[in-house]
Amino acid sequence: MTIARLAGVDVQLNDEGFFVDPDQWTPEMVPQLAEEWGVPGPLTDQHWEVLNFMRKEYFEKGTGPTVRKLGKSADVSVGVKELYQLFPDGPAKLAARCAGIPKPKGCI
Amino acid sequence: MSDPKRLVILGAGTGGTLAANRLRKQFPPWELAIDIVDEDDDHVYQPGLLFVPFGLAAPDEIVRSRGAQLHDGITFHLNRVARVDVDANRVELGDGATLEYDVLLVATGAVLQPDETDGLLGDAWMDSVFTFYDMDGATALHDALENFTEGRLVVNVVDMPIKCPVAPLEFAFLADWYFTERGVRDAITITYVTPLDGAFTKPVASNALGSLLEDKHIEVVTEFNTGEIDNENKALVGYDGTEVPFDLAVIVPLHGGAPYVAESGDLGDELGFVPTDNATMQSMVRPNIFVLGDAADVPTSKAGSVTHFEGEVLVDNIASFLDGKPLEASYDGHANCFIETGFSKALLIDFNYETEPLPGHYPSRFGLPLLKESRINHLGKLMFQSFYWHGLLPGRDIPGIGADMPERGKATVDN
Repeated sequence: MTIARLAGVDVQLNDEGFFVDPDQWTPEMVPQLAEEWGVPGPLTDQHWEVLNFMRKEYFEKGTGPTVRKLGKSADVSVGVKELYQLFPDGPAKLAARCAGIPKPKGCI
Repeated sequence: MSDPKRLVILGAGTGGTLAANRLRKQFPPWELAIDIVDEDDDHVYQPGLLFVPFGLAAPDEIVRSRGAQLHDGITFHLNRVARVDVDANRVELGDGATLEYDVLLVATGAVLQPDETDGLLGDAWMDSVFTFYDMDGATALHDALENFTEGRLVVNVVDMPIKCPVAPLEFAFLADWYFTERGVRDAITITYVTPLDGAFTKPVASNALGSLLEDKHIEVVTEFNTGEIDNENKALVGYDGTEVPFDLAVIVPLHGGAPYVAESGDLGDELGFVPTDNATMQSMVRPNIFVLGDAADVPTSKAGSVTHFEGEVLVDNIASFLDGKPLEASYDGHANCFIETGFSKALLIDFNYETEPLPGHYPSRFGLPLLKESRINHLGKLMFQSFYWHGLLPGRDIPGIGADMPERGKATVDN
């Protein structure tokens, strides 16, 4: 566990850089997170659609959406291929870090 | 006397059948009419599909008539569901007939969608690219495995959610055993390719089982999102451009809800699963629509044990709903499953929404070992099919095995 200072707030991150407490996240932290994790800038409306949908899903379902669900959601205007242009290492990894939520898990 | 209330159940698989049988026992026909719809009469014991490719189960041993599993007094319609009009409380069937309902139970499970992955249904499909998630695939894969003596076997989950999330891992374990028995294991590599960040993603299971893959010389590729199957060069191609070459690929295709869900207004989500209350199994769509099993979007595994435990809660809640009472029964996300690890051994895991799989014993201190390979768990898995047909589907209770996850007998772990 590490403490990172984001937008003037001390935030707990796990060893892989994911938020320990998604409630600590604020939108003001995103530019710094995006730069830190190598999201190619500048951040566009499409990036924000993805981040907002990931948080919405996490709080509704208890887990972030899969890549496929992101691609199919009416809240996100880009398909799966474009998602990889927005977040080249994969949305589950990069966008989840920027959205302040954990990675999707399996049952075991 | 007033007319009976009308319950229509869509899908005569694990969930639809056990719910119909339990509700038939609970309500006399003059209080509740039960109609159930399915498009074919083949009830497949789905856990058995894992064994077919290895010659450990024959197709006719794991399929029975759907109608024959239903108690008397349940009307079975052999028909396709065309759509549900959730405002008119009406189901439209493929032949144009309609069924009006007071309560609807959606139990049509998940369907395979291989057409959603580019190239998956290409020239290599059923030649060097297979799935064992349906009977045709499992049967064809049996022949392919018999003829496979050297090269790269790749087992790939395209994306979650899938039915029985541990089955692909079990397939890799059984393949290791199968090729070892045939004396060709040294000439074959086995690679497990997953979109998740590990074969095991929960900390306790990962610690307990992480070395299994290494011991069995199964390679793991993580965080791989399959975008395409390259039929010519025989490779999985990720959305990020990386490739995993294969000689024989066993793919778990994308899953979605039954096709009629998308034709039924706001019944389903993006993937065709029905938004459902995690605890009551009532849909978020309309109060008189309930959901059971793989068709629901609840955040636990799509698995028979889940359907079984959800079913007990659901039946109580449908009964309360019919009586105009509040829904008091609550499902805790309880799931358990035997995981075949090959060489006549298996693991058992038990968990719920809140508690990850823990070591110990199930269902109490003197029960089966959890998170640990053993022969007794393998026998448990084999014996389960008989219980499925004769206990679970008819709606019989088993002492000690309840809907709520048991905690006695388990180790406690501080997270």
